[in-house]
Amino acid sequence: MLRDITLGQYYQTESVIHRLDPRVKLLGTILFFVSLFLFNNPVGYVIAIVFLAAVIIMSKVPFSFMVKGMRTIVVLMLITVLINLFVTQGDVVVSFWKLRITKQGIILAAQLALRISLLIIGSSIMTLTTTPNHLTDGLEKGLRFLKVIKVPVHEIAMMMSIALRFIPILLEETDRIMKAQLARGADLESGNVFKRIKAMVPILVPLFISAFRRAGDLANAMEARCYHGGDGRTKMKPLKYKSGDAIAYLILAAYMVLSIYLGRLSLFKIM
Amino acid sequence: MTASCQGEAKGEESVSIIIDHVNYIFGKGTEMEHKALRDICLSIPDGQFIGIIGHTGSGKSTLMQHLNGLLKASEGTIYYNGEDIYEKGYDLKKLRSKVGLVFQYPEHQLFAETVLADVCYGPRNQGLDKKECELRAYDALKKVGFPEDYIYSSPFDLSGGQKRRVAIAGVLAMKPEVLILDEPTAGLDPKGRDEILGLIKELQKKENITILLVSHSMEDVAEYVDRIVVMNKGEILLDNTPKKVFSHYKELEAIGLSAPQVTYIMHALRENGMNVSEDATTISEAAEEILRALGRTGS
Ligand SMILES: Nc1ncnc2c1ncn2[C@@H]1O[C@H](COP(=O)(O)OP(=O)(O)OP(=O)(O)O)[C@@H](O)[C@H]1O
Ligand SMILES: [Mg+2]
Repeated sequence: MLRDITLGQYYQTESVIHRLDPRVKLLGTILFFVSLFLFNNPVGYVIAIVFLAAVIIMSKVPFSFMVKGMRTIVVLMLITVLINLFVTQGDVVVSFWKLRITKQGIILAAQLALRISLLIIGSSIMTLTTTPNHLTDGLEKGLRFLKVIKVPVHEIAMMMSIALRFIPILLEETDRIMKAQLARGADLESGNVFKRIKAMVPILVPLFISAFRRAGDLANAMEARCYHGGDGRTKMKPLKYKSGDAIAYLILAAYMVLSIYLGRLSLFKIM
Repeated sequence: MTASCQGEAKGEESVSIIIDHVNYIFGKGTEMEHKALRDICLSIPDGQFIGIIGHTGSGKSTLMQHLNGLLKASEGTIYYNGEDIYEKGYDLKKLRSKVGLVFQYPEHQLFAETVLADVCYGPRNQGLDKKECELRAYDALKKVGFPEDYIYSSPFDLSGGQKRRVAIAGVLAMKPEVLILDEPTAGLDPKGRDEILGLIKELQKKENITILLVSHSMEDVAEYVDRIVVMNKGEILLDNTPKKVFSHYKELEAIGLSAPQVTYIMHALRENGMNVSEDATTISEAAEEILRALGRTGS
């Protein structure tokens, strides 16, 4: 029941995108996000969609797999779109009862929906093609310069990789606990909100306890292996840029220039 | 209910659970598809004590979770007292209070502030009043041999073996008709193991509860069960009385299990010319057999 969440899941296959250095993918994702908020005409969106589609095809991850991950966010998206649709002031197109839909509202809502979808798909590309370990490695190395201002980069990266590693374990655990309580006649589906929240207690308590126990065990296991933080620690597989990464950076730069330049030209503006 | 599902169950007793050609696939439709149960057929008569044995990963726990409707078969169906549990409108909550399941890892279900409150959780879900719940909880805790001094302490401060007893009591307090125990003796010392298994046997005899006991160890079950079901890679390999199952000890070894030590000794004795019968499965039976073969009757 809890296994349908794709966000943050790795899709195992062999592709150009999978082989890229995680730093390229991290920076690429961030720049892609930035670009989405910079352009303000349809041409910008077209360029972004074409770029994203090309990346998806190259990544060899089935599109259906990405859409599955989006299902969890559909509700959030609908709410934002509806609010924008009804609240935006401007030239009225349709009006009924106390609600008015304006031309500006429609455009804004459509833009938002598109932006959110692109954001989610863009970020899921990164997590689908990069193992969590690789990702945190990339973060650690990419943000190393922050050490100068005393940011504990290694510790943050380690915390992230542990957290990511534990998500599936905790999901599995939740599933198991739920089953054990269902077997004792727990009723999670009926009753009002308060009743349902109360019914969650027998599931949450064992879950928290097991999470703390696991955290304690892990800390002990790490200390037993003499883990003492990042200083002087070497990697088994250090990250190294390859020629493909340079090409990827060039393509990325080209995309940024093109989408932002064309995407901000008032020539194409509709609003 | 197809004819091929009769198996061992035909006979005078009434049949309480019928598993009819059940298949189960984990992660159906994904790349991680895994067939955990293949065409399982089993009928379980009222009041029988059955041991379910299999190598780790053979699908024992998966099968047990089907019996109270926690997992739904991908194909096939299950009948409880003649009713199809997958039928629309079938009350699964009621089924779960009749088919009690004690999970492999008891720490997954303890949550309340006191042991007593935790054991009360099941009966309370059955809609009983507080007094009745506590009576049943006391009773169940006593039956599993839980020390009375700890009844009001936190279940998280207990040892593994004590937690297990509390977990078993938590299900017993619901007074199920069928009791399924998934490796109830893991983490218990030999004395604790004998106590728990003895208690289960007593429940079966006195209250005519149907028992399904999942285990890795033949030694554990040989003494107590009426029938053994051996699972391998999601299929039922053998389904017979302990003596008959142990006579296939070579096959059992091939799938990573073994017959009780006694079986090996008896076979070795016989191969070396001693006139003993091979189907002694417990130590006392074996002793008796050997004494008989030596011409002395056991006392
Ligand atoms: N939630 C799950 N998702 C995917 N596969 C699973 C899941 N649970 C179990 N499996 C797989 O199903 C098979 C049967 O598992 P099951 O837990 O029933 O084995 P078992 O016989 O109880 O083993 P053990 O003796 O170790 O408890 C195993 O191969 C296991 O990997
Ligand atoms: Mg198991």
